[in-house]
Amino acid sequence: MEHKNWNGFAAGAWQNEINVRDFIQKNYKEYRGDESFLSGATKRTKELMKKTEALFKLERQFGGVLDIDTTTVSSLTSYAPGYIDKENEIIVGMQTNRPLKRGINPFGGMRMARQACEAYGYKLSDKIESEFQYRTTHNEGVFRAYTDEMRLARRSHVITGLPDAYGRGRIIGDYRRVALYGIDKLIEEKKKDKSALANGDFNADMTRLDEELYQQIAFLGYMKEMAAMYGCDISQPAADTKEAVQWTYFAYLAAIKEQNGAAMSLGRVSTFFDIYIERDLKNGVLSEAGAQEIIDDFVIKLRIARHLRTPEYNELFGGDPMWITESVGGMGEDGRTLVTKSSYRILNTLYTLGSSPEPNLTVLWSNALPESFKKFCAKVSCDTDSIQYENDDVMRPIYGDDYAIACCVSAMKIGKQMQFFGARCNLAKLLLIALNGGYDTTSGIHIGPQGAVYEGETLDYDKVMKLMEKYMSWLARLYVNTMNIIHYMHDKYAYEKSQMALHDTDVHRFMAFGIAGLSVVADSLSAIKYAKVTPIRDENGYITEFETEGDFPKYGNDDDRVDLIAKDMAHRMIVELRKTPTYRDAEHTLSVLTITSNVMYGKNTASTPDGRKAGAPFAPGANPMHNREENGALASLNSVAKISYDDCRDGISNTFSITPQALGRTADERVGNLVSILDGYFAKKAHHININVLNRETLKAAYEDPEAYPNLTIRVSGYAVNFHKLSREQQREVISRTFHEAM
Amino acid sequence: MQKKAIGKINSIQTLGTLDGPGVRFVVFTQGCNLRCGCCHNPDTWDINEGTEYTAEELAEKAAHYKEYFGNDGGITVSGGEPLLQPEFVTELFKECHKRGINTCLDTSGSLMNDKTKELLSVTDRVLLDIKYTNDEDYKKFVGCGIAAPLEFLEYLNSRNIPVTLRQVIIPTLNDSEKNICLLAEIIKKYPCIKKTELLPFKKLCQVKYDKLKIDFPFKDLPTPEADKFRKLQEILEKLTV
Repeated sequence: MEHKNWNGFAAGAWQNEINVRDFIQKNYKEYRGDESFLSGATKRTKELMKKTEALFKLERQFGGVLDIDTTTVSSLTSYAPGYIDKENEIIVGMQTNRPLKRGINPFGGMRMARQACEAYGYKLSDKIESEFQYRTTHNEGVFRAYTDEMRLARRSHVITGLPDAYGRGRIIGDYRRVALYGIDKLIEEKKKDKSALANGDFNADMTRLDEELYQQIAFLGYMKEMAAMYGCDISQPAADTKEAVQWTYFAYLAAIKEQNGAAMSLGRVSTFFDIYIERDLKNGVLSEAGAQEIIDDFVIKLRIARHLRTPEYNELFGGDPMWITESVGGMGEDGRTLVTKSSYRILNTLYTLGSSPEPNLTVLWSNALPESFKKFCAKVSCDTDSIQYENDDVMRPIYGDDYAIACCVSAMKIGKQMQFFGARCNLAKLLLIALNGGYDTTSGIHIGPQGAVYEGETLDYDKVMKLMEKYMSWLARLYVNTMNIIHYMHDKYAYEKSQMALHDTDVHRFMAFGIAGLSVVADSLSAIKYAKVTPIRDENGYITEFETEGDFPKYGNDDDRVDLIAKDMAHRMIVELRKTPTYRDAEHTLSVLTITSNVMYGKNTASTPDGRKAGAPFAPGANPMHNREENGALASLNSVAKISYDDCRDGISNTFSITPQALGRTADERVGNLVSILDGYFAKKAHHININVLNRETLKAAYEDPEAYPNLTIRVSGYAVNFHKLSREQQREVISRTFHEAM
Repeated sequence: MQKKAIGKINSIQTLGTLDGPGVRFVVFTQGCNLRCGCCHNPDTWDINEGTEYTAEELAEKAAHYKEYFGNDGGITVSGGEPLLQPEFVTELFKECHKRGINTCLDTSGSLMNDKTKELLSVTDRVLLDIKYTNDEDYKKFVGCGIAAPLEFLEYLNSRNIPVTLRQVIIPTLNDSEKNICLLAEIIKKYPCIKKTELLPFKKLCQVKYDKLKIDFPFKDLPTPEADKFRKLQEILEKLTV
């Protein structure tokens, strides 16, 4: 196939099939130089950003939500076009008809939509209430099917954060397809796939797929209508940079209008855009300043994306995040780097527009990345605390070189793989339930195999491990079955039509489970093994406290005695999970990631044998517990690096905070040392790291006077937040974390 | 069989970025022969304290961090005064070299003998603290004369061992331009000095003194003002171009 808008591109298989990777490989130009070519913000960008900042300020003054349209159900074409400043916008399109006004998305669940409105002083309109009286939501479907035990697991918080009341998210449409092929071609291909089904056996799977394809095709059509409302015809391939960015954005916009998924990530667009920019630069129709301006405008649009959430949701995922994760850099399978000038341009938005948590800029780090790019990333980290790093050298062999990160740490091949998101279970609580013979002292709920409370004066490691095995086995099965119900219902009542239209029809599915409290459970087991732990019982004989005498190895000090316990717990968990089959034959994966829910998990967990008191926060993700690291930062990194990515294919999150003084004396030294740290950590086969270079004093000052620090951005657990958007409790927890300091 | 040297170690910092080039595994040895008024590690003074390690154990530990060292980093042995345990540090550096780890010695340069010379033969770089530029202050605030570190420097120069010269700038004692001029003269005299670092005097160590119930001799001295400190750095740079 040929198209006039493809003039100047190198030919390849991409012309005859939907294959964005092939297009990129045949056409992109790697860039090994430094950042000196970059342009700053233009006058237009600065003025537009000023208007946007004013809106952000207003939003803050309104308590975090500027406005809600309570009468319209969010969809692709349900709002009139919206603008920040119509005349001066390059990339257009808004979720509702006004910036920062939030739409209602009741498909995940009505209760959540209703409560979210009420939390901000609004009332969901009678119109929507009555419309949804006759429509089943995902949330209703799930609760029709949940067993009693599943409800108890939820209520006792041994499994928490399940996407059973809102959109599941963690799906990345290949939004680039719209730019490269135009909607008409995509519809044509999906129609072919649908016709091909006609010769098969219409069992349940096939019938479902057939209906899904019908919906995908319909929503590709709505995408076209939506773009037309903004005066754009996206039926054909994009003709230049502006169109390529615009078409891609429209595809993403369609997704976030249709769905309110927990994390709706962008994919890997910057190097794709670079091909259009290079062509336009070569043809003399675009300047460097112009190229940066288009990227800047696109990023402004991403920064104003919002979903309407409830306060309970914010407790789990603090800071109003969208996880518009953009994966930057990485290496190609042929050994060329995928770093282009546009990898620099997208990171440069943290300077042209100021630091910001969104989009969630994620650098795919490889030892083989060009040195100058490594240094630029490290400089951006030191200056903005806004980027995270993930190990391309461990992911590329599994996912190839056109994968992206969904949410925080979940890798998937773009347009070819998707995941069923599954929050996390609380391993520390499970240990306590096991010791109490199937009783959770925090919630007062009997759950799991019922037996006697642990007998004996002190805790014996082998006996406790036997119990833990038994309860892990029970929980894993319950967890998989719960997830199966959730995702069956989500497919049935809230299927992601726009996003799945931008996937191959034959898609590979992951089912992503998670664990919280890994460091607490590892340190607790270490205490049981190496120190003397005496359980203390309440008047009913249940164990509620522990007396721990003697020292014991603590996770975070590069000590195999405890680090291997942590590694082993993750391994056992995934092995147990794999024993129960999944909905749609999804591949079981596991993450060690908490978002900000480590605070809430801690709140719902009684005292643990490691000395952590009832209610105290867990460490986030795979982090060692706060301030238990005694041998400095690298020992802590080495401990985390031991958790195996083979066991935890859905990612292992580590959040690292260091003071500038501890990173080196001069700015150049700090950049060089940070590059060395990242190289070393990833050479150890670690998976992910958030980097914060800042002083605790800055956070304390922002805690006291949030208004003075509106743009203070900090990486938390797989994402970044505006510090002021965290709850007071979450802020205190962030301040109390380990900061690696210089003496 | 040769008896394995045992080292007395105060503590380990796995991420050191301030003691030598690049990212370094820093070992603080126990015991010091001096009692500098500005010392920020009083917990390292007593030779009878500390944890015992064999050189091999410690080199093996350092090797856990090799991936982080990049082109410039490695191990730094600081203290305390590492020259008080020369056999141990020599063996440690040999073990590090076997593992491809660059070695750096942070010292006051106050002890020179055959054992020190042997240690220096396996040292890739020396961080040398020149506390003051005159004999009087040395005797008053350090506990040895200036001749010792200068002799040490002479030896390093003769052996072509790269040196980072360091001086803690302490207001009222050595923050004069005259002091910087004298320092510049030393630097010009010894080509082995590849880098000079002026370090601002800090009082974060007060907590350590309090804990040990020792009086911090310089507790009443001010810390350098940022502007003045920067100016001294500029002067030194100009003089040593």
